[in-house]
Amino acid sequence: MNHEHKISNWDLIKNGLFGENTIFRMAISLCPAIAVTTSLKNGFLMGAAVLFVQTMVNITVSLLRNFINPRIRIPVFMLIISGWVSVTDMTMAAFAREAYRQMGLYIQLIVAFASILARAEMFANKNKVVPSMFDGIGMGLGFMFALVVISFFRELLGRGTIWGYEIVATKPLLIMLLPTGGFFAVGILMAFFNWIDIRFYGGKGAGGAGGH
Amino acid sequence: MEHGFGKLFELFIAASLINNFVFTRFLGLCIFFGVSRKMETAVGMSITFTAVMVISAALSWLIYNYAMIPLDLTFLKIIVFIGVVAAFVQAADTIMRKISPGLYYKLGVYLALIATNCIIIAVPLINAGEGYNFIESMAFGLGSGAGFALALIIMASIREKLELAQVPRPFRGLPIAFVTAALIALAFTGFSGLITL
Repeated sequence: MNHEHKISNWDLIKNGLFGENTIFRMAISLCPAIAVTTSLKNGFLMGAAVLFVQTMVNITVSLLRNFINPRIRIPVFMLIISGWVSVTDMTMAAFAREAYRQMGLYIQLIVAFASILARAEMFANKNKVVPSMFDGIGMGLGFMFALVVISFFRELLGRGTIWGYEIVATKPLLIMLLPTGGFFAVGILMAFFNWIDIRFYGGKGAGGAGGH
Repeated sequence: MEHGFGKLFELFIAASLINNFVFTRFLGLCIFFGVSRKMETAVGMSITFTAVMVISAALSWLIYNYAMIPLDLTFLKIIVFIGVVAAFVQAADTIMRKISPGLYYKLGVYLALIATNCIIIAVPLINAGEGYNFIESMAFGLGSGAGFALALIIMASIREKLELAQVPRPFRGLPIAFVTAALIALAFTGFSGLITL
């Protein structure tokens, strides 16, 4: 989260993917992480939607940053975010009907994502367009990565399939498809990432400080 | 148009227990995990949350049905609802500070947190999607708020005990909270099929 200009674009992407991964490290914007991750396809689509919105919001905010009065910046950011969410919502409603039927509400709720507002406020508002774009891509990819990992395990364990293709003939752990399984999957994966942090990087492992 | 008390009660139960926002729809998790560390904050949050929920459901319903449908602007509902809720929360914040500083001191912090909560946005969106009438919208809002309060208070009482437990190091903090939530969610699955709307 440095605001120096020497940082390369690759560093920005890496930061979003690992250093400040929205789900596993920051533990914000968790709602869709559990709700839509019953199949890999849905998890991927949700991740892609967030990647798009985050990148576009960062670009827009960065372009407009000199014109936004600091006192009303939050409402302006909200307007920008909800504009891009509406674009995504309508696009998905038109072109991905089956997935939209299952997760339309969650697409609309991207508007209330703390992570998107936080990046607009902390990064895009202070940086030029190109770094902001890469920050958005990094954050979006990090979110997508988390969703893909969670949904991979849930679909494999719950249905025995991956992306709809059968891998195991039985349904090993049907419970993973239920809401319960979502909480379990996130909790265990989060602990796993903490364990890696403690074991290999000597971190304190307090990943997921909680919060909004 | 028959809207007896029974229908409203069913809606309330459905929203609070069967389709509990936290455990079956996974909304409002950020706040759920954020403020469930202490019983006191959990109770404060629950009260504020339920009140904001009912009022914002009512406000959004009025705007949706009397302004947006006649003007054919329903495609703007995401933008309008988030605007309405944010404006209402901000107004409540200011009014409470002026009228009742004591109450503001206790509950004001939670108001700021609520502004970008997913449930608060989800309830008007669901109300609009399902085409509930005014009273039904409010019953749905009340049910959602009560369900969230129930979840928050159960979670807070467990987490207070959890503080004393020996938890493996990687699981400390949020991971164990998630596993706890998973177990509560398992219990809430038992409510499914209680009422079919």
